[in-house]
Amino acid sequence: MLLYFIKRIFLGILIISVAVTLMFCMIHLVPGDPARIMLGPRATPEMIADISMRMGLDQPLVIQLMKFLGNILKGDLGIDVISSRPVTAIVFGQLPYTLWLIFTAIFGAMLIGIPLGCYSALHRNTLADRVTGVISVACITAPSFVVALYSLLIFAVTLKWFPAIGAGVKGDFFDQATHLVLPAFAIGISWVGYLSRLVRASMLEVLGENHIRTARAYGLTEFTIVYRYALKIAILPTVTVIGVGMGFLISAAVFTEVVFARPGLGKLIIDSITTRNYPVVMGSVLISTGLFVISTTISDLVNASLDPRIRANL
Amino acid sequence: MSENVLRIRDLSVNYQTDRGVLKAIRHVNLDIPKGSIVGVVGESGCGKSTLITSIIRQLDDNADIPNGSIEFEKQDLLKLSLDKMRNISGTKLSIVFQDPMSTLNPVLSIGRQMIDIQYRDKISKKRKKQRSIDMLTKVGIPDPRNQLNQYPYELSGGMQQRVSIAMALQAGPSLLIADEPTTALDTTLEVQILKLLKDLQEEMGCSILFVSHHLGVIAELCDHVVVMYAGEIVEHGSTYEIFNNPAHPYTVKLLECDPASISKKQRLLPTIPGEIPDLINLSGGCIFKNRCDQSIDRCDKHTPLLNEFNKNHFVSCHLIES
Ligand SMILES: Nc1ncnc2c1ncn2[C@@H]1O[C@H](COP(=O)(O)OP(=O)(O)OP(=O)(O)O)[C@@H](O)[C@H]1O
Ligand SMILES: [Mg+2]
Repeated sequence: MLLYFIKRIFLGILIISVAVTLMFCMIHLVPGDPARIMLGPRATPEMIADISMRMGLDQPLVIQLMKFLGNILKGDLGIDVISSRPVTAIVFGQLPYTLWLIFTAIFGAMLIGIPLGCYSALHRNTLADRVTGVISVACITAPSFVVALYSLLIFAVTLKWFPAIGAGVKGDFFDQATHLVLPAFAIGISWVGYLSRLVRASMLEVLGENHIRTARAYGLTEFTIVYRYALKIAILPTVTVIGVGMGFLISAAVFTEVVFARPGLGKLIIDSITTRNYPVVMGSVLISTGLFVISTTISDLVNASLDPRIRANL
Repeated sequence: MSENVLRIRDLSVNYQTDRGVLKAIRHVNLDIPKGSIVGVVGESGCGKSTLITSIIRQLDDNADIPNGSIEFEKQDLLKLSLDKMRNISGTKLSIVFQDPMSTLNPVLSIGRQMIDIQYRDKISKKRKKQRSIDMLTKVGIPDPRNQLNQYPYELSGGMQQRVSIAMALQAGPSLLIADEPTTALDTTLEVQILKLLKDLQEEMGCSILFVSHHLGVIAELCDHVVVMYAGEIVEHGSTYEIFNNPAHPYTVKLLECDPASISKKQRLLPTIPGEIPDLINLSGGCIFKNRCDQSIDRCDKHTPLLNEFNKNHFVSCHLIES
């Protein structure tokens, strides 16, 4: 167990530093002087020099990278030159919006997708199974930004069931919840299809195993057999997929937040890229990668809590 | 005249396959008297598992039962609703399966599984736990209280099979079905498990339907032997009769292959030259005719019927009839 955590922490550090370094290099490969772009066409050379110095852009790339990595270890992501606020404050200010969005999307998808998969497995090759199969595949293939655009047009603009943009008034839970529906739907819908297919497949496999035959022979109820005896095993691959899926969820959140003009990590990344606000870009990427590392660790732990054989090997 | 716990009459089972209808079992009659151990022997593919799974109503989806009845304690299992069947399963009618390493749920503790199967009993969880401990003690598991917290993978194959037996016998069934319960175990363990089954059977007074490849095991354990061939019962009788006075050419061949080692428990069913006929395209006449070296004209045209050959000994063969 202890060994597992040590391994995890090292792996996490490795993943984060690779991601940050890659991002750092990519930023500096983009043509154009960041200070010049940031200040606009009417900036004087003095102003540009001043900003460059404050952002540390006048130093060699390697030194910049080292400094950046060193600061991360201290929990300091630098200062946003435009607003003069610490990047950590900016990023953590936006993080809750994205977390709410992602969690609503994925929990909603689990709530619908997992029972749907169980249902299809239990009624395999019936009409209902075929129909859910076709719908699921359609859901999987629909890109989230397309779903976002169309759901915005249909449910917000035309039908006016839900608000179109923003995240709602702070402190007003109901308002925030209604603002969450459409973006979460846009991200979650493909997961519904994906999870239901995944659960169906592993459920079918588990239901064919010998111990299920035994459970039936002992006269356990169908509900106990499916939801307590089989699902506990069938859910394992799904948990892993969701853990790794954090990466996809964040990238889907980027598009969705832009379409719905919602605050959040994704919108922050896009905004700061267009203004070449590098410290903020780097900070957001760092936090997103951290989320990924955390979610894969959590999925490992969830699997370990479900399966004693995994627990023994942790 | 003792009563029968199980009375199978004219049972047939078909499987729908790509090539056509596979008649896995045809017109089988079988009685299991109260308190007795009946053994079923036969080569691989002769329909032993099909017979058992039709009794516990767990046939594969592509199977159907065109005719027959399975009377268990005076009710036809085939006519029961799923709910009624569920009430009998695991209480009055129990089964121990072949591969102990895969019969228990791998992610639930032994105790959890043993308590779960008592869900019908309206007693406290503590008493259910105590009952499980008592049962584990009965099947010879050391330190049963701690074993309840173990998971199947932490137990050896022999121990897992003991747990399965404990679970099967927990509710005091009147019939225990055992589908090759010792095939996956080594010889020493096999002897122990068989002794355990026999002791428990005597103690609890249940009947056992025992399926095995091992002639030696059958000879040791059973009161009555049923010889199956290609989906039909070709001979059945008391163990003494079958082993000392076999009448059907198939049984004779089975025993002849190596009579000296039959009493040895590790003895597997010997192989007989030729193959089981194709169960999809069955021609009329005797089912064994293509492998029988004594077949006569009649065997090609007429299907022989089971006839009493001796007291408590039935054979379906034209040679015997005449
Ligand atoms: N689901 C199925 N679909 C089609 N054919 C099947 C199916 N299950 C069994 N059979 C066929 O039915 C026949 C009897 O099979 P069964 O499993 O009952 O034999 P068995 O005596 O238990 O054999 P073994 O000793 O190998 O376990 C075989 O020919 C087998 O191929
Ligand atoms: Mg079998």
